[in-house]
Amino acid sequence: MPLGNLASLRYFLPELAITATILLLVVLHVVGRNRRSPEAAILALVGTGMALWVAWMTPAGEGIGLFEGMVVLDGFAVFFKVLTALATAIVIFMSIDCYELTDRTQAEYYLFLLSVLLGMFLLSSASDIVMLYLALELVSIPSYLLAGYLKGKASSTEASMKYVVYGATASGVMIYGFSLLYGMTGSTQISEIGRVLTLGTAPLPAMLAAVMVTVGFGYKIAAVPFHMWSPDVYEGAPTPVTAFLSVGPKAAGFAVLVRFFYTVFASPDGADGMWKLSSSVDWPFLFAVLSAVTMTVGNLVAINQRNVKRLLAYSSIAHAGYMLMGFVLLTTVGLKAILFYLVVYLFMNLGAFYVVVLVANGSRSEDISYFSGLGSRAPFAAVSLAIFLFALTGIPPFSGFIGKVYLFAEVINRGVYWLALVAALNSVISLYYYARIVKVMFLEDPTQAGDLPLALVPRVMLAILVVPTLLLGIYWEPVIRVTEASVRILTH
Amino acid sequence: MDFINSHILTLMTFLPVAGAAIILMMPSGRDNLVKTIAAVASFLPVLLAVQLWFLYDRTVAGVNVASQFQFVEHYRWIPSINVEYFLGADGISMPMIMLTTIVSFLAVVGSWGIEKQIKGYMALILLLETGMMGVFCALDFFLFYVFWEVMLLPMYFLIGIWGGPRREYAAIKFFLYTLLGSVLMLLVMLALYFNTTNPETGGHTFNMLHYMQQSTHNGWLKGFDIRILLFLGLFIGFAIKVPLFPFHTWLPDAHVEAPTAISVILAGILLKMGTYGLMRISFPMFPDVTKWFVIPMAVLGAINIVYGALCAMAQSDLKKLVAYSSVSHMGFCLLGMAALTPAGMVGASFQMFSHGMITSMLFFLVGVIYDRAHHRDIDGFGGLGAVVPVYTFFITVAFFASLGLPGFSGFVAEAMVFIGSFSVFRTIVMISASGIIIVAAFHLWALQRVFLGPLNPKYAQLEEINSREIFCLAPLALMTLILGVYPMPVLNLMSASLNHLVDVVNMVI
Repeated sequence: MPLGNLASLRYFLPELAITATILLLVVLHVVGRNRRSPEAAILALVGTGMALWVAWMTPAGEGIGLFEGMVVLDGFAVFFKVLTALATAIVIFMSIDCYELTDRTQAEYYLFLLSVLLGMFLLSSASDIVMLYLALELVSIPSYLLAGYLKGKASSTEASMKYVVYGATASGVMIYGFSLLYGMTGSTQISEIGRVLTLGTAPLPAMLAAVMVTVGFGYKIAAVPFHMWSPDVYEGAPTPVTAFLSVGPKAAGFAVLVRFFYTVFASPDGADGMWKLSSSVDWPFLFAVLSAVTMTVGNLVAINQRNVKRLLAYSSIAHAGYMLMGFVLLTTVGLKAILFYLVVYLFMNLGAFYVVVLVANGSRSEDISYFSGLGSRAPFAAVSLAIFLFALTGIPPFSGFIGKVYLFAEVINRGVYWLALVAALNSVISLYYYARIVKVMFLEDPTQAGDLPLALVPRVMLAILVVPTLLLGIYWEPVIRVTEASVRILTH
Repeated sequence: MDFINSHILTLMTFLPVAGAAIILMMPSGRDNLVKTIAAVASFLPVLLAVQLWFLYDRTVAGVNVASQFQFVEHYRWIPSINVEYFLGADGISMPMIMLTTIVSFLAVVGSWGIEKQIKGYMALILLLETGMMGVFCALDFFLFYVFWEVMLLPMYFLIGIWGGPRREYAAIKFFLYTLLGSVLMLLVMLALYFNTTNPETGGHTFNMLHYMQQSTHNGWLKGFDIRILLFLGLFIGFAIKVPLFPFHTWLPDAHVEAPTAISVILAGILLKMGTYGLMRISFPMFPDVTKWFVIPMAVLGAINIVYGALCAMAQSDLKKLVAYSSVSHMGFCLLGMAALTPAGMVGASFQMFSHGMITSMLFFLVGVIYDRAHHRDIDGFGGLGAVVPVYTFFITVAFFASLGLPGFSGFVAEAMVFIGSFSVFRTIVMISASGIIIVAAFHLWALQRVFLGPLNPKYAQLEEINSREIFCLAPLALMTLILGVYPMPVLNLMSASLNHLVDVVNMVI
């Protein structure tokens, strides 16, 4: 039975920590006059760190329903809370160094970041469609503000505008799907909806609802064809925000996607980690096609990009496609592969964006030409970026390879060979554009004069991101154990 | 000493990369020290190879019998998916391990003249050696795959940074081609993993030796259509590396653009990985499909021999000529293997070893003249024999060895291939034999244009080959000559295993 409101509070400490930090940031923003005060960043960091630590320490056990069933606390939710908090902490460090934000970094920036974090926490644990919708909006609305944070920059404003319009449309469609589900089942609890659907319903409304909900979630994880917003938003937004959006909300999107579809439209089948469809809606096939299209479109369009930020935006679309492979298999192992991939993706993708920030700090631009000769101008940053890019390609001995192996393995194990082949060929395509950046960095002479010195903090941060990318490619057993414990989803 | 003997393969594999780590930690500007460390880090494996040579028991076969592998190191690596750190040597891998240590060391010495970013260069070449050694030692498919891919990165940078004018194009082409082959191999590997069971634990396995026991295969993997598909997936991956026609187009580009020492490694060792993979993995795992596929393999081998030779004849660039001659020579390996006779198989393996030495010499020699004349146009020289007699002596030895003159190891290998395959496919062998004439023709013709005839006055002052370059060439020339007269040292090393391999594929046992 779900716990009542008061009894739930002691399991809700991470969220409370974030909320308290947000309130403090509001105060700081009101009283603070110095625009460049570092207090806000430190405060945000402390709040995020506390949330991360408390979330990690909270015993999830077999899973508990909280607040009369609005949210749940299970291993799955804890995993995503820790993951998104970690991403937020890294992005805060990135923001301190970013040239785009130095003049403007105020308490409100961190306030938005932490609001998104709170939203992501709720999104990864929501078990009621109303809560789920609110959490999604809590992630989205501060994201719009963050995307448009560079007020003077036209592309940033455009990004924000596009983001709002697309976001509003997607949520509108999604909530229409929710209303269909409610109409069919008479409940807002996703477990209850799932239970009623197994009893047998008219296939057409269920199909419609599934497709409409897919629009909302597909928008959040930037799956083709709901990805249109992302390149423009990613290019226009400040780079740390782009990095954040490509990891944090994407991960939370996957969390809610998995929880929703695996509770509403599927149910556990036996004890050996298999799931079966609860209704006649063949959504796994739909998502398999989406996955193949997403990775192919993302990779093909990335080939022609000259702006590294935009290139990474398309690459992150492709990576959503890879991760979707784990989603369509209806097995625990497939979900485990997604979780593992998200961990390695967090480090390699944030790392790549971090180097972009460092380079752009010197050149004020993310055009690929400013990366030429980086190997001699800033060897550490260049080698790190090369490692991140090869990890994103999926070449051993880097972590991305292991992530891909787990995804491919389960796809092959389940006999979806065509999807495995598409994904494998996509890896080859992606090498072409990732290697182009590497080529520019190491094979071409610098167009910019002088070295690009790195301060201590960026050096340490880069090392913190590089080490897991290397280490998880050689020994990844502990992380796999964590993901194994985290695939428990509370379904009742 | 016990520690060294029981971890000899690990030491040989990881000593170079340890050297690379030391080099990377050195302050810049100490170029001579960097070179010395690199030389030491690549010479230690040569010493260990000597040790290996004396310890190796030549009477046992290995191939698919786990208990007969030597210098085995077997540890759990990732228990949750049964990935193991499993190294071992048998007669298939021993010659390749020897070749790798020797050629890598000579390549490091041959790179002494590099001036641009020597630190990065040496570190990458050592990392490359680790990848190559690992491929030849690994008996776990996952480990094999990791080493196989680890080689790509250093190779990409070595061609891309230190290469010739079109280096960027050549580097990415090499990378993309090989990665395409590798991802197919990855898919096959995963399919094998899920459809075999480890007879000891009952779980899935990446252990190659288990894959070779047909009893570990489940029903799906017993279907012949499936086996053909899996075999072809592996075959394409290996064929790109060999490279077999029509996947060979990356090779001339990569060779022409790569710096001398990298061409040496590329032709001397990397190409052998394709044929090694066929012997180590494809043949014993899919003996039935191998037998079904022998004719296409022999035909592809013949095409390589004749087509490679014809292409070589048409080249005006000396390095491209040598590159295409490699295409031609690797065809012999395939032809010999496809015959599935002991003589053919041993001939193919001996050709791998012999070609590794001969082609290394050729690329070194081309590099020597390129360093001095700054071009490689065959028609741009003439009469050099009078100016640089020592150099001419070495290149003549190398060319004669390459065209298969009796007395050199190349002849022994090619003769064995023909002997082993003639009774199996007569027509194909007769067509291939015509390749020998073309090979001889383009070698002699090139020799004539460059070294004989009237002296081109531009090169009257051409500098003679120096002692460091002779140091790189002499051991190879000597070994080619010795093995040409008395090939038994290397043949003994591999014959037990290869005879067993032939039996396995023919399913006699």
